[in-house]
Amino acid sequence: MLYFILRRILQIIPVIIGVTLILFILMYVIPEDPAQLILQKGATPEALANLRAKMGIDRPLHVQYWRYMRGLFSGDLGTSYRYGRSVNSILAQHYPYSIRLAFAAIILEIIIGLFAGIVSAVKKYSFWDSLVTISTTIVVCVPVYWLGMILQVTFGLKLGWLPMSGYGDGSIKYYILPAITLASVSIAYVARMMRSTMLEALSNDYIVTAYAKGLSQFKVVGKHAMKNALIPVVTLVGLDLGALMGGAILTETVFNWPGVGRTLYLAVLQRDAPVVIGGTIILVSIFVIMNLIVDIIYAWLDPRIRYEKREPGL
Amino acid sequence: MDLQQNNKILEVKNLKTYFFTDGGVVKAVDGVSFDLNVMETLGIVGETGSGKSVTALSILRLIKQPPGKIVEGEILFKGRNILDMNIKELQDFRGNRISMIFQDPMTSLNPVFTIGNQIMEAIIAHRNVDKKTAKQESLKLLEMVGIPDLKRRFNSYPHEFSGGMRQRAMIAMAIANSPNILIADEPTTALDVTIQAQILELMHELKEKTKSSIIIITHDLGVVAKYADRVMVMYAGKTVEFSDVDTIFYKPCHPYTLGLMKSITRLDEAKREHLKPIEGNPPSLIDLPRGCIFRVRCKYAIDKCKNILPPLLEIEKGHFTSCIRAEEFLSGSLKRKK
Ligand SMILES: Nc1ncnc2c1ncn2[C@@H]1O[C@H](COP(=O)(O)OP(=O)(O)OP(=O)(O)O)[C@@H](O)[C@H]1O
Ligand code: SF4
Ligand SMILES: [Mg+2]
Repeated sequence: MLYFILRRILQIIPVIIGVTLILFILMYVIPEDPAQLILQKGATPEALANLRAKMGIDRPLHVQYWRYMRGLFSGDLGTSYRYGRSVNSILAQHYPYSIRLAFAAIILEIIIGLFAGIVSAVKKYSFWDSLVTISTTIVVCVPVYWLGMILQVTFGLKLGWLPMSGYGDGSIKYYILPAITLASVSIAYVARMMRSTMLEALSNDYIVTAYAKGLSQFKVVGKHAMKNALIPVVTLVGLDLGALMGGAILTETVFNWPGVGRTLYLAVLQRDAPVVIGGTIILVSIFVIMNLIVDIIYAWLDPRIRYEKREPGL
Repeated sequence: MDLQQNNKILEVKNLKTYFFTDGGVVKAVDGVSFDLNVMETLGIVGETGSGKSVTALSILRLIKQPPGKIVEGEILFKGRNILDMNIKELQDFRGNRISMIFQDPMTSLNPVFTIGNQIMEAIIAHRNVDKKTAKQESLKLLEMVGIPDLKRRFNSYPHEFSGGMRQRAMIAMAIANSPNILIADEPTTALDVTIQAQILELMHELKEKTKSSIIIITHDLGVVAKYADRVMVMYAGKTVEFSDVDTIFYKPCHPYTLGLMKSITRLDEAKREHLKPIEGNPPSLIDLPRGCIFRVRCKYAIDKCKNILPPLLEIEKGHFTSCIRAEEFLSGSLKRKK
């Protein structure tokens, strides 16, 4: 197990190298001049040249890349073109907001998604099952920003029950709309997957055995079917967790939520390359680490996997 | 054989279990009657699709509804109708008074829980004991069914067991609460021949030890001959003959049983598993023909068989048959064809 975890952590390195390389090339081919960005219009050519030399952006791509990577491995993500602050501090400032929103969304996803999925599987073809099927279909089809705006207009503007946007004082009411928006598609997917894996689990012979032992339906569904049905769902939730932790660009932008997603969105608009690259690296790393955690939980849920992975060899 | 009336632990009377499907009503079990005595082994035989498994599942009310439904009949356990039990009573009953083991021990054990966990669960479901006691009990049971290296095996998962071991574990689970009846639905079909014998022997020994009864469903007439005291023969969802094992083997009075018995000499060991010795196919269970259900395949059919559905009658003490010519077989006026 330890070996397996170590191997997975080492796998993150090539991923990060690949991601930075691609971003670097993309940013490099954009014809905009960062020095111009920083000094605004009307700067003298000398001043621009000076700044370029100071930033090192007059050097060839591979030299710049090398410098960046050296910084990266010592924990330095560079300096923002826009704000003149270190990227580390910008991300550190906005990140907590994204995490909090992500947790709110994941909790909704797990509670509503699992519950809806289990109910529609156990009460197959009932009213509740149809309700879940129809509402998940709608949610999956509707674009996230559109759903976000509908919620804003309905509950924020028309009914005035909840704040329309922003973080405010950080109380729950500010979380509700963005968390629902962010979780909406995931809730639908989790509900649908839970329904189908639960139905599949319930059709197994061991379910008959469990009933034949004299167990209650609650125990049969909640224990015997549940653990089997959860295995694929955990993967889905885990991947979502990775994706959500990376900040939700659309949702944060629509709701003006001060997280990294919105920061990244603004940085792209402002051609703030260090923030874009640094932010993306963090997101990718978190995504990979979340996947690792999912794999570990997976191995715990399914003993068959645990034993396969124990075998030696990379 | 002298069978006392009050010795009966289970009595199934005219059981009918149908499946209501889009294609029509499948009359999977359509008139099954038999009884079971204390310490007796009853064999149920019949070709594939004749309703043996549905009968077994019906006894514990494990038929999934919908599409299935027990539409008629009585299942009396010590005189009490299982079909009248509410869900709570049923839960207390299942795995406690009657247990069941299934054909494929790989799929009938839950792959994500340890063997120990699954056995303990059976104990805790019916007895008010703490985990520690349940664990000790489970270890005892595993030892009883002959599983070596107990401590380690207790924490193993089903996929770490061989097929024979899994079935032993299933048996341990089934006898955890010393049930009066163990129903085994083709318990050895999925196993190697040598392992089959061991498992059957184990079941037999446990039955003797605990003074319980066994209902064994099998395609293997050798198993029936060796272990069964009485035999019920099923055809197209109906009991066609029911009697003690000697009668069934040596003087069967239903042409279907006759065909089965003739097949023993014809088929070698390997083929015996797939009992289909009689030419032709069973009727569709959705659209049963008029008259005797066996008529189109019957070598003894007469005109009368077209119109009359022969009821299951006791033609001599303890010998039930549903053929209008049964009396003729019995008296010897109709010779059994070679
Ligand atoms: N859920 C179901 N829906 C519809 N028909 C069913 C269902 N379960 C069983 N049947 C039908 O009931 C009939 C009897 O099935 P059963 O499994 O009892 O046969 P069996 O005698 O146990 O056969 P085998 O020897 O192959 O195990 C079959 O024709 C089968 O198609
Ligand atoms: S009733 Fe007629 S058709 Fe049916 S088994 Fe007897 S002889 Fe054959
Ligand atoms: Mg069967």
